[in-house]
Amino acid sequence: MNARLITRAKEWTQEQPWELYATQIFVLMRNEIRRNLFARRRLWVYLLAAIPVVILLVQRAFARNTAEPFYIESATRVLARIVHLYYVRLGIFFACMGIFTWLFRGEVVERTLHYQFLVPVRREVLVIGKFLAGTLISIFLFESAVLACFYLTYDRFGAAGWSYIFDGPGLHQLGAYLLVTALTCIGYGSVFLALSLLFKNPIVPGLVLMGWETIAPILPAWAQRLSVTSYMRHLCPVELPVEGPLAIFTVVAEPVAPVLAILGLLCLSVAVLVLSCFLIDRIEITYTAE
Amino acid sequence: MTSPNRQIVFDSVSKFYGEVLGVNRVSFALDPGITSLVGPNGSGKTTLLNLLTGLIKPTRGSIHVLGLTTGQPVELFRQVGYCTQFDSFPPGSTGYDFIFWPLRLHGFGREQAARLTDEALERAGMTQVARRKVAGYSKGMRQRIRLAQAIAHHPSVLVLDEPLNGLDPIARAEAIALFGALAVQGMHVIISSHILEEVDRISDRVVLMSSGYVVAEGQIREVRQEVRDHPMQILVRCSNAARLASAAFELNHVVEAKIVNDGRGVLIRTRDAEQFYLRLNKIVCSGLIEVEAVAPADDDVDSIYQYLIGCNGGPI
Repeated sequence: MNARLITRAKEWTQEQPWELYATQIFVLMRNEIRRNLFARRRLWVYLLAAIPVVILLVQRAFARNTAEPFYIESATRVLARIVHLYYVRLGIFFACMGIFTWLFRGEVVERTLHYQFLVPVRREVLVIGKFLAGTLISIFLFESAVLACFYLTYDRFGAAGWSYIFDGPGLHQLGAYLLVTALTCIGYGSVFLALSLLFKNPIVPGLVLMGWETIAPILPAWAQRLSVTSYMRHLCPVELPVEGPLAIFTVVAEPVAPVLAILGLLCLSVAVLVLSCFLIDRIEITYTAE
Repeated sequence: MTSPNRQIVFDSVSKFYGEVLGVNRVSFALDPGITSLVGPNGSGKTTLLNLLTGLIKPTRGSIHVLGLTTGQPVELFRQVGYCTQFDSFPPGSTGYDFIFWPLRLHGFGREQAARLTDEALERAGMTQVARRKVAGYSKGMRQRIRLAQAIAHHPSVLVLDEPLNGLDPIARAEAIALFGALAVQGMHVIISSHILEEVDRISDRVVLMSSGYVVAEGQIREVRQEVRDHPMQILVRCSNAARLASAAFELNHVVEAKIVNDGRGVLIRTRDAEQFYLRLNKIVCSGLIEVEAVAPADDDVDSIYQYLIGCNGGPI
C-alpha cells in the first residue's frame, strides 16, 4: 500500500509542469507587488512600520550628546519591546491584515479577480503566488523598519554602540529580530489570507484573532501553539518580563528550542495555506452578490 | 456527427444563487462556428457563459468544453478566451500590459508573449494606444482591449459577453468581420447579446433564453420550424397582388393574405410553408402572375423571439 502511494506520489511529481508553475508564481508576484507595494492606499502600512522609527529619530534629534554606554542595556530592552510588543503584536498584525486580506478581497472589490481565474493557472498556484508577494512586501517594509530602529538605537552610543553590535550580542539580536519579523509576517500572512477566503468581511474575524493573540499567554500551553506571538516569544533574544495585571494569569509555557519554534510556526502557516488552497477552489465570481 | 472532444456540451446544467434561479436544466451540444445566446437582461446568458468558463460552478449537471472540464484550468484556458462584460481592469495597467502579462501566465516566453501581444493589438486596432493606461480609454477602446486579450493566445473557443456594446458602427462592423473570420478558421465563437438584429446576421445558430431556461436552440431556420403554433410569414413580390391574395385564400393552411402598401406584393401567413410554395409554383407556371421575389418575412431571430417569449425585437 505504502509502496503504491510512494510510486503514485513520484509519478504525480514528475507529471507536474514545475517550470511553468515557477514562471506563473514569478509573474503573479510581480503583478501583486506592483499593485500593492506602490499603491497610495498602502500609505497607512508604511506609517505603521515607520512610527517607532520616527519616534527614535525625534529622540535622537533632541539628544544633543552621545548617550552614556551605561544605558545600552536599557536601550536594548526598549528595542526588544519595540519589536515584540509593537511590531509583532500590533504593527505587523494590522499591516498583514491590510495586505493579505486585500490580495483576494481587493480584487473582488476592484472586480478584477476573474482575470486571475481565466488564465491557465491552477488556483493553488495563484494562492502561493499571491501569498509570496504579500510576504515579500510585508517583510521588506518591516525588516527595513526594524533595521532602521536597530541602527538608531545603537548609533547614538557612538563607539560603544558599534562595539556592542560587532563585539557583543548586537548582531545576534539583530538576526533574531529579523527572523522574528519575517516569521511573524509569514504566520499572520497565512492566517489573514485564509480569513479573506473564508469571510466576505475579514475585519471582524481579524479582531477576534487579535483578542486570541492577546489572551494567548494566559491560555493552556496546547492552545498557545495556535498563536503566532507565542512562537515568537521563544525567539526573543532579550528576556522580557511579563508586567501588568495579566501577569498573574500568565501561563509560563515550557521553553521551546528556537528551531522547534521556527518549525512550529512554519508548520502552522503551511497548514493554513493548504486550507486556503481548498477555500480558493470554492470561490465563484459573483461580484454583484459581494 | 462532431466528436464530443470538439463540442461544447452542457448536460442538464442548473445553477441557483441561493433560492434565485440562474439557469435551469440546460442541455445542448455546440459545434464549431458562431453561436449566439440571445435573451433579455436577467435571462441567464452571462450565467451560462460564466458556467462555461468555470467562473461559477453548476449546482447540478456537468459541462465539457472540447472534452475538458472547468476543473482542468491549465488545459482549459489554453483553449478558451473569455471577453467578459465586467468593465474593470487591474489598476494602473496599460493596454499592452493587460495583454502581455496574462500571456506570460500562459507560459509563453517574453519574446513570444510580446509577438502575440502585438498581433492581438493589431487585430483589435489598438496598436496606437497600447502604451496608454487603460483607465484613460473610452468605453469602445476598453471593449476592444478586452477582446484583444481574449484572442491573444489563439484560443479554440472564444466566449464574448455583449461584445458589441460601446463600439461605434465601424468598430462593430470590424468586430463582426473578425468573429466571422475566426469562425471560418474552425473556432467556436459564442456571443451573448440582448440585441437580436446584431446577432441575426452573423450567427450559425442561436440559443434563445428566457428566465433561466433555454427556450429554443439550433440554426435559426430550424428553430423557426419548431414554432409550429405561429404561422410563418412569406412576402411575395409580384405583378398582380390581388389575384395572388385571392388564390392564397383558397388554401386551408393560409390564415392571412395581406396586400402590402405599395400594392406590389402580398404578405402571406401560412401554417404550412412547403405546401404554399408548391401551390405558388403552380400559380406561377399557369402564367397568372409574375413573381419578382419570394422571401420569408419572419425567418429571423427577432420574430422567433417574439413568438416564443412574447417579447418585442430590438433591444430587449
